[in-house]
Amino acid sequence: MGADVTAMGGAPLDSPAGEPRGRFLPRALGVLSLGLGAAALGTPGLVSRVIGVDDSALARTVLLRAVGVRELVPVAGLLASGTPAGWVWGRVAGDTMDLVALAVAWRDRRGERRRRVGNALAAVAGITALDLLAAVLASRAATSRRRAFRASATVTVNRPADEVYRFWRDLENLPRFMYHLESVRADGDGRSHWTVRAPGGRRVEWDAEIVDDNLSELISWRSVKGARVPNAGRVRFARAAGGRGTEVRVDLVYAPPAGALGRAVAKLFGEEPGQQVRDDLRRFKQVIETGEVVRSDGSPEGLATRQQLRQRPARPAADRAPR
Amino acid sequence: MKANCWQGRDSVAIEEVPEPRIMNARDAIVRITSTAICGSDLHLFHGYIPTVKKGDILGHEFMGEVVEVGPEVHNLRVGDRVVVPFPIACGSCAACQSGLYSLCENSNPNAGIAEKLLGHSPGGIFGYSHMLGGYAGGQAEYARVPFADVGPITVPDDLPDEKVLLLSDVFPTGYMGAELCGITGGEVIAVWGAGAVGLLAMRSAYLLGAERVIAIDRFPYRLRLARERVGAEPLNYEETDVVEALRDMTGGRGPDACIDAVGMEGHHSSALLDAYDRTKQSVRLETERPHALREAIMSCRNGGTVSVIGAYGGFMDKFPIGSLMNRSITLRTGQCHVQRYTRLLLDRIRRGEIDPSFVISHRLRLEDAPVGFEMFRQKQDDCTKVVLKP
Repeated sequence: MGADVTAMGGAPLDSPAGEPRGRFLPRALGVLSLGLGAAALGTPGLVSRVIGVDDSALARTVLLRAVGVRELVPVAGLLASGTPAGWVWGRVAGDTMDLVALAVAWRDRRGERRRRVGNALAAVAGITALDLLAAVLASRAATSRRRAFRASATVTVNRPADEVYRFWRDLENLPRFMYHLESVRADGDGRSHWTVRAPGGRRVEWDAEIVDDNLSELISWRSVKGARVPNAGRVRFARAAGGRGTEVRVDLVYAPPAGALGRAVAKLFGEEPGQQVRDDLRRFKQVIETGEVVRSDGSPEGLATRQQLRQRPARPAADRAPR
Repeated sequence: MKANCWQGRDSVAIEEVPEPRIMNARDAIVRITSTAICGSDLHLFHGYIPTVKKGDILGHEFMGEVVEVGPEVHNLRVGDRVVVPFPIACGSCAACQSGLYSLCENSNPNAGIAEKLLGHSPGGIFGYSHMLGGYAGGQAEYARVPFADVGPITVPDDLPDEKVLLLSDVFPTGYMGAELCGITGGEVIAVWGAGAVGLLAMRSAYLLGAERVIAIDRFPYRLRLARERVGAEPLNYEETDVVEALRDMTGGRGPDACIDAVGMEGHHSSALLDAYDRTKQSVRLETERPHALREAIMSCRNGGTVSVIGAYGGFMDKFPIGSLMNRSITLRTGQCHVQRYTRLLLDRIRRGEIDPSFVISHRLRLEDAPVGFEMFRQKQDDCTKVVLKP
């Protein structure tokens, strides 16, 4: 859903995962890898002289070719992959092997050759440092991308689109069926104030604005700049085939920060954020079609996946006073 | 209050539990005057329906007096005498509005569980597992009835409980089983299972215009009921090969329609075939012992209809799809959409066209529910239907 998110009303989140940042270094290393690989394979004689190992037939023929092939393997991944962390860490491993090989060559040689091997050693050490930096940055980017929750779900409601739209457009209705929300306050002008209660009594609040609002078709919103948990959402309403009510489709994105707050928000959404949005929509359908969230003895809070896993017995609860 | 609660496989017990309260604005609380044990309660009792929990109140066939209504219930008043349909239905979703009440899209708060096992979730049912809602059942002194403005039907005081109690499940279920056969007049209908649902399906088949009804069971007392009270031709599957016999009884054609009123815990006269499904079911390799369904399909005439109203839970083996497909057989089924039939069938009872209470064999106190389960399970004392009086 990555592309979908940035397409939300043409208004992307505030670079929640630092996505564009981590891409330059891996690409540059890809180009470097291509050059080194081509040189090692194409002109092994020249390369072996430059790095001072032209006295060893083994180095000239077998080892340099192997190094050349190894340099070429990750090129495509480094240049094109959206998640290059693995490829860059592969380069770090290759660098380590080169450093060991060159250190052995340096110990065994004297004079001019020893000087050239030393220069090569220094150059490879520099490249290793760069690779290491790139690898750490790419891994961080990957982690923060994983922390963003994207969830979608859909339900059919037995009511005309304009009625379903109107109910949702009154954002203060959302906490009636979206259980992670404590409250939404409409501030007018398309602005609203949202409050979420995360596990551990932590309360997260933000201001949001409506980005797109097409009568009876679509509403999209996003948190305004500076929100601690940047997020965005979109709901679309479409007439179901054969006039069977209205198909409601919701996409939500939350990009919680690293650290304790991020962990709390992650806990709030649990293992399957998609399941929770589905639950939200089932309750939405109940509220619109029957007037309220439907409760049973096993699920006294109403429909919720977590509740389904921790059912109370199907009998009146003991903590209520007798009638 | 006292309630009959599931304790684990093959065990129920009367427990003291809190009284129910209004949880939704469209609820009512009913003081139960009569409640029954259903054949499908035995599936729960035996532990073949998943997601039943220790302490769950069982029972989905009950009636009584309204003692409290929620603020959104305008059609019932305290003191009304009502029969409560076993499916819980909101009346306003697309399924309810098409008359498919047992498929209510809003009444199962645990739809996610059912969806995993069944693909999509049906509606909620009283006292019938957490997968189907986690609602307390009606084998108790009181019950909370959700969507009380849709389901319960008020009954006149001049009709005793026993004449109308079975409107909650077995009568409409049997009737729907016959209706699914598409009877237009003159058909031969074979019914597997001469328990309460089967017997009422047989009576309903005649009401709808069938010319001959054949009853298949293994208990002589049930076959006797079918012959004497319904006018069906009895067939004991332990004494004869059913497919052969039905072919013989119908000039080689087979019955026009077959009703499976047995469900997941069927038996077979062949010890080997019986053991096959029994073994697989006991280690949960299949959830059903579907002998009746297999036989119904094999027996049905070319181009006929098989109507399945016996309860099934999950997956069966050796489904005779080749017979079904090559012989243009129509398979129709469903948990009964009780709300669709209550008024119609109450009218038939009032006009004296039928008195479904002929299937009731035992009347016990609610406190004796565990005895009733055991008796019903063992088919002791010619047991067909146990009614409990709180």
